[in-house]
Amino acid sequence: MSNPALDSGTSGVKKVLGYAAVEKGGKLLPFVFDRRPTQPRDVVFRILYCGICHSDLHQIRDEWSDDVPAQYPIVPGHEMTGIVCDVGDEVTRFKIGNRVGVGCLVNSCGKCSHCKRNLEQYCEEKPIWTYNDKDIYTDNLPTYGGFSTLMVAPERFVIKIPDGLPMDGAAPLLCAGITVYSPMMHYKMQQGGKHFGVVGLGGLGFMAAKFARAMGMQVTVISSSPDKELEARACLRADDFIVSSDLKRMKKAEKTLDFIIDTVSAPHSFDKYLPLLRTNGQMVLVGMPHKPLTVSSMLLAAGRRSVAGSMIGGLKETQEMMDFCGKHHIFCLVERIPMDYVNNAMVRLHNSDVKYRFVIDCKTIKNPTAIYGCH
Amino acid sequence: MARECWGYAAFDHSGTMKPFRFTRRKCRSEDICFEVKYCGICHTDLHQIKDDWKELPATYPMVPGHEVVGIVCEVGRDVKTFKPGDRIGVGCIVNSCGQCDHCKRHLEQYCERKFVWTYNDKDIYVDGNITYGGYSTLMVVPERYALKIPEALPLDAAAPLLCAGVTVYSPMKHYEMEKGGKNFGVIGLGGLGFMAAKFAKAFGMRITVISTSPSKEQEARHALHADHFVVSTDPKQMKAAEKSLDFIIDTVSAEHSMDQYLPLLRTNGKIILVGIPSKPLEVSAFNLHAARRCVGGSLIGGIRETQEMLDFCGKHHIFCKIELIPIGYVNEAMVRLVKSDVKYRFVIDVAASTPPEFRPN
Repeated sequence: MSNPALDSGTSGVKKVLGYAAVEKGGKLLPFVFDRRPTQPRDVVFRILYCGICHSDLHQIRDEWSDDVPAQYPIVPGHEMTGIVCDVGDEVTRFKIGNRVGVGCLVNSCGKCSHCKRNLEQYCEEKPIWTYNDKDIYTDNLPTYGGFSTLMVAPERFVIKIPDGLPMDGAAPLLCAGITVYSPMMHYKMQQGGKHFGVVGLGGLGFMAAKFARAMGMQVTVISSSPDKELEARACLRADDFIVSSDLKRMKKAEKTLDFIIDTVSAPHSFDKYLPLLRTNGQMVLVGMPHKPLTVSSMLLAAGRRSVAGSMIGGLKETQEMMDFCGKHHIFCLVERIPMDYVNNAMVRLHNSDVKYRFVIDCKTIKNPTAIYGCH
Repeated sequence: MARECWGYAAFDHSGTMKPFRFTRRKCRSEDICFEVKYCGICHTDLHQIKDDWKELPATYPMVPGHEVVGIVCEVGRDVKTFKPGDRIGVGCIVNSCGQCDHCKRHLEQYCERKFVWTYNDKDIYVDGNITYGGYSTLMVVPERYALKIPEALPLDAAAPLLCAGVTVYSPMKHYEMEKGGKNFGVIGLGGLGFMAAKFAKAFGMRITVISTSPSKEQEARHALHADHFVVSTDPKQMKAAEKSLDFIIDTVSAEHSMDQYLPLLRTNGKIILVGIPSKPLEVSAFNLHAARRCVGGSLIGGIRETQEMLDFCGKHHIFCKIELIPIGYVNEAMVRLVKSDVKYRFVIDVAASTPPEFRPN
């Protein structure tokens, strides 16, 4: 296999090839950038696969400009899996050859009450995002994601991938998987016997339905795409499938669900789905629409219903989820693509035209004849 | 026999109320008839007389009032727990199916068939007639939906407990706030907010009152022992209070955005809406995700829970601070209610302000 680091140099800085968006709404293009010299607690790995998350699309388009402004150039990708090729001197949990992954976080303060309770995503100082952020705990330089050939991350933020899971199907677990697993555990949905609904059947919805079955719940899939029904029933073994624009079916399903995971990332109203909840029903939003949603107090009051948000999960919980997936042989159904298909994939993603996650084969990232930029 | 009754009713969506004579049904074996002494004015009354809620359309003439207290004058032969002369209260529910899973679990407000509102509703379980509320001299209610008012409580100040009280008590118990030790916030200092703050203190929580009215601060601190007071229109104060609260009870019935208040919640914090604005509220995904926050709703409480709340109030000497008004003042009171100009609930002194010729004999 070709050396994925273009030039290690005597400083230990690794020159890495990836794909970046350099301006708002622009295409992703080849881009060379630096990864830091290996620190004592760092794990270095060759990236085999990286999932494409809807967050990648939101951020390269600067759609969250109020809360998470885009700092171009952005190398997206926070669902990456690969093989360890180097470890720092103080690393204890990993060695060369291990199968590993990195999700949405690459650092946090480690000292606040949230970090101590394994809730790094709520770090009181600042959690560091895998891309489009600055790592204030190491070198204050921009972070770059998994649409690239090599990754460096602190041991604390690296996840072991169980042997039984395929590396491409496991990649989406690192964001899509944990993003639904975390609230499902937080709201104790794993007790079984309850009736679970998921809105949207993309990567998040697929994983939610898989987990819900493994947790022993009855599953209803609500989707805008009628053509996803066959697979929802056959592959995900959904008990019911409702096309959300079918008002009669939606009315009939009122007050039938204990829980709903809402994965929709387009602007919408909670009111569309709240009537499906039974008394004390809980809806959890995991998508991040860039416009405010609306909710009617009357619909919440009428059944003592709630809507909550949830954002990825902590590292301990991510490893637990990964081990749960290894045990139950759960992974995402993916469409593998070469790196140079990525811009087409983004367009298809916008149109929900994927079953159920694009995963980039990062081995296809090669030295191109024209490299966009390096620094 | 059916009884002549007198009260105040609204006749159209202007909401202007005028005297109105009507009859109450005669007592069935399970019914209690009582003379109304006092009735609280709830913001719901204002919404309903103006036909604000398409989910609960108005039928006129409408006699509002669902915070009703009085003295029993007659009981049906099967009534076991009340006798003439007893103090009695009625809140928002006067009937339900009694047989569904929710009714059996004392959650009549979520009755799977239909629960009957004290006014502006059809009592499908009795005679299909429109129900009339407590802005009137007499009421007839099935024993199952009648409440005992502890002797320790003044009757007039106990009236608001029947809606405002249980409306905040119910979610506070549901979310286990009575375990104490947490940081509690209440938005709005009307009847609901006053009761929420009282309960929160009794539950051992630290309380922050959030209000648009700086004039309410002194009393919030002295009468309610609020630990903090935040003026919601002051961005500096709101910013300083970010991520400080575990729970918020939001009593605001005017249009507002959740985004203004969500940042006040800590990780896993919950905001519970008990006011019912007529338009949907805006919520940004970011504000929910940033700290795994939750927005919930709650609707009054079941009958058993309402009695539990009343008994808790009797034990802890908790009741509402009220402004007692004659029934003829009710239209002015509604105008003042729109402006939040009341500390903290109007209560109609029904018995004393009824013209002598209409008083029950």
